[in-house]
Amino acid sequence: MNVLAAGTLSVAAYSVLPYVALAVGIGGLIWRKKTDRFGWTARSTELLESRVLRYASVLFHFGVLAAIGGHVLGILIPQSWTEAIGLSEEAYHVLAVVGGISAGFAVVVGFAALMYRRVRFPRVRVTTTRMDVVTFVVLGVAIATGMLATLINIPDTVHYRESVAPYFRQIFILDPEPSLMEGVNWVFQTHVIVVWFLYALWPFSRLIHAFTVPVGYIWRSPIVYRPRGGRSGARTGTYGSGAPDYSPSIPSSRTSRPKTSEKAAQPH
Amino acid sequence: MKVRAQMGMVMNLDKCIGCHTCSVTCKNVWTNRRGTEYVWFNNVETKPGRGYPVDYEDQSKWNGGWELDRKGRLKLKAGGSLKKLANIFYNPDLPDLDDYYDPWTYDYDKLISSPSSDQQPVARPKSQVTGKNLDLQWGPNWEDDLAGSAEHAAFDPNFKNIQEEVRQGFEDTFMIYLPRICEHCINPSCVASCPSGAMYKREEDGIVLVDQEACRSWRFCVSGCPYKKVYFNWNTGKAEKCNFCFPRIEAGMPTICSETCVGRLRHLGVVLIDTDRVEAAASVADEKDLLDAQLDLMLDPDDPEVRAQALRDGIPSDWLDAASNSPVYAMAKKWRIALPLHPEYRTLPMVWYVPPLSPLESVGAGLIREGGDEENIFAAIDQMRIPIDYLASILAAGDTAPVRLSLERLVAMRRYMRDVNLGDPVRPEIASEAGMEPHELEEMFRMVAIADYDDRYVIPQRHGEVSRDAFVDQGSCGIDFANGAPVPGMGEMTGFDDPDPYGGALACASNGTAAPESGALAVEEPDPDFDIRNLLSRHGGPRPLKEGGDA
Repeated sequence: MNVLAAGTLSVAAYSVLPYVALAVGIGGLIWRKKTDRFGWTARSTELLESRVLRYASVLFHFGVLAAIGGHVLGILIPQSWTEAIGLSEEAYHVLAVVGGISAGFAVVVGFAALMYRRVRFPRVRVTTTRMDVVTFVVLGVAIATGMLATLINIPDTVHYRESVAPYFRQIFILDPEPSLMEGVNWVFQTHVIVVWFLYALWPFSRLIHAFTVPVGYIWRSPIVYRPRGGRSGARTGTYGSGAPDYSPSIPSSRTSRPKTSEKAAQPH
Repeated sequence: MKVRAQMGMVMNLDKCIGCHTCSVTCKNVWTNRRGTEYVWFNNVETKPGRGYPVDYEDQSKWNGGWELDRKGRLKLKAGGSLKKLANIFYNPDLPDLDDYYDPWTYDYDKLISSPSSDQQPVARPKSQVTGKNLDLQWGPNWEDDLAGSAEHAAFDPNFKNIQEEVRQGFEDTFMIYLPRICEHCINPSCVASCPSGAMYKREEDGIVLVDQEACRSWRFCVSGCPYKKVYFNWNTGKAEKCNFCFPRIEAGMPTICSETCVGRLRHLGVVLIDTDRVEAAASVADEKDLLDAQLDLMLDPDDPEVRAQALRDGIPSDWLDAASNSPVYAMAKKWRIALPLHPEYRTLPMVWYVPPLSPLESVGAGLIREGGDEENIFAAIDQMRIPIDYLASILAAGDTAPVRLSLERLVAMRRYMRDVNLGDPVRPEIASEAGMEPHELEEMFRMVAIADYDDRYVIPQRHGEVSRDAFVDQGSCGIDFANGAPVPGMGEMTGFDDPDPYGGALACASNGTAAPESGALAVEEPDPDFDIRNLLSRHGGPRPLKEGGDA
């Protein structure tokens, strides 16, 4: 147990937090899928404002996709593998810095423009929920520290592929080694911790739309037919007729019901 | 042959007086909620005009509907699935809210709460989205009765294809009312545009619906529909559309727009469609052949072979009887007086229109009364105040022949019935000149002029007893989906000042159910301890999206 070698704070931040975050994130995802299909949406605001969105959203999203790809390459894939295919550490670093800065730049600019748009245009502002604000703050910190981490590592001083990357892989193979994170630059540390929070937040926020990329559309028949009350690809039937079960996402609320009847009883 | 039943509607434009009763009743039933203030599942446009949303008919701008590629294959005008996925972060074809209009109400309270002053208090328009003051530049029915047509009407996309000089001088002014709902197309491009597969056609009746649980806010349906009859609820982030009042239709009742139509101009019925040939019909090379191709899909419900196949395909026999008596089949196919709206979009729309004849009467009145010969009738149709080319560009992909045929038959019906009603000798040759039998003209007269309730609406009820366990439907409340259907008080600014704008929507939650979909009457097992609406990031529940004060 490598955990024992690390300090308490370090264990909390780098061993406990990740598993709590993953448990909440994955559990939340399942829970949301089971209970709130209706709320599972990208909640687009393009109808309300499209001129800034046109550039901001595209920059942000493609930047994020590139950044995720970069993280997979830098964190999940061990250094020995990339070296085995002939990619030297120096070459990898140039690739990581150039790719990271351009992707990061797209994300930062896109995110800033999206935030500007959300504040500047009252139509977009009214659609902003409290959960959105929380999400934007956490996401903003994650993006800022990520960009900063890329920039301070231009001289290749952090060697995160020998510390942060193995740390993540140890987490995923259920053998956490928090000490790997202890000597790392504080920007990297902050980035890692914030991102764990982001994972925990994910299923409860609008970010959930990332889990429904509709790739099935490519193979689907253009016109979709469905029997009344039926549902494609959903849970199977539990009711007498054997027809597909069409269970709702929004159970009725006992908490709101008395309020309703009170309201209805009020004379206008 | 694979037979499916398809609900359809015919609107007799000859009788539309543009009173907007259909729009208002529809609005009150379906879109009187936060997020849908700007949405009119049913609207009535004055043509010529730019329409709602602005210039929706101009597909070079919006890329709605289908087109044929170079090899003659049917494809979405806005591009295939890969292009859609590449554009998922920004849909280049999506209308802006301002293309519809920024919905507003007035701060009426100012009129009575203002302190005394030298000036009259004024109720200013306030946006129903942001609560801010609006400087009104455009709105619903901004062009009603040709208002502002001197400025706007020339932009009507239907003028593009008209060869003759556009007649817009004061003495040549013409107009028609065009009530529009979702076309519930046989080949719906909105359904094909939806990346999530959330949009679907119901197998039983062809009604096109959005599964509110599967919609993920990708919004390609909105741009994919050439009629712009799928709307985006900006509050829930979900698409919504005219659902043909399916809870009423299932009970054998007409849609609310039809039921309340003052002019009794709407007809509802079932047609039998051969779904095996839909793609071929929508792919015919010449746009002008689309009407015939679509009529060819509509099977003769009295043909024993069709009936046998329909029964094999699970269509109940009372639905076949309804198809036999269908006013839609009669007007569209038997008599060919009803035409589809913009067949050139290749969606095979199922809301049909009888072209307006009324203005012809001023020119051709003498002919009808004195019984001019056939040539004179043709001449009169060409002198119609509404240019036949204009009607053809709306109803027949620019082909005047079907419009002319329809108008000729409507004139023939009047000439023939005039004799009948005055007790003059009946002239069967009037019918044969129009290519019909005398008894057909009489049936037609009964349908379009008498228009009895039972003739207008031939709606078979759904067969709940075979489709599912009825017990689970007990107490369900069809129109209360998601964040609730009707909001208290028409015109009320929901979301502002009202601590519980969804209060009205929850009224039927008292029986313990709330259906989540603008689709089927949903079933649920209520869980007393759980209310997703109060959690997380979305608002569908008692808490308003944002208090007006912040906006």
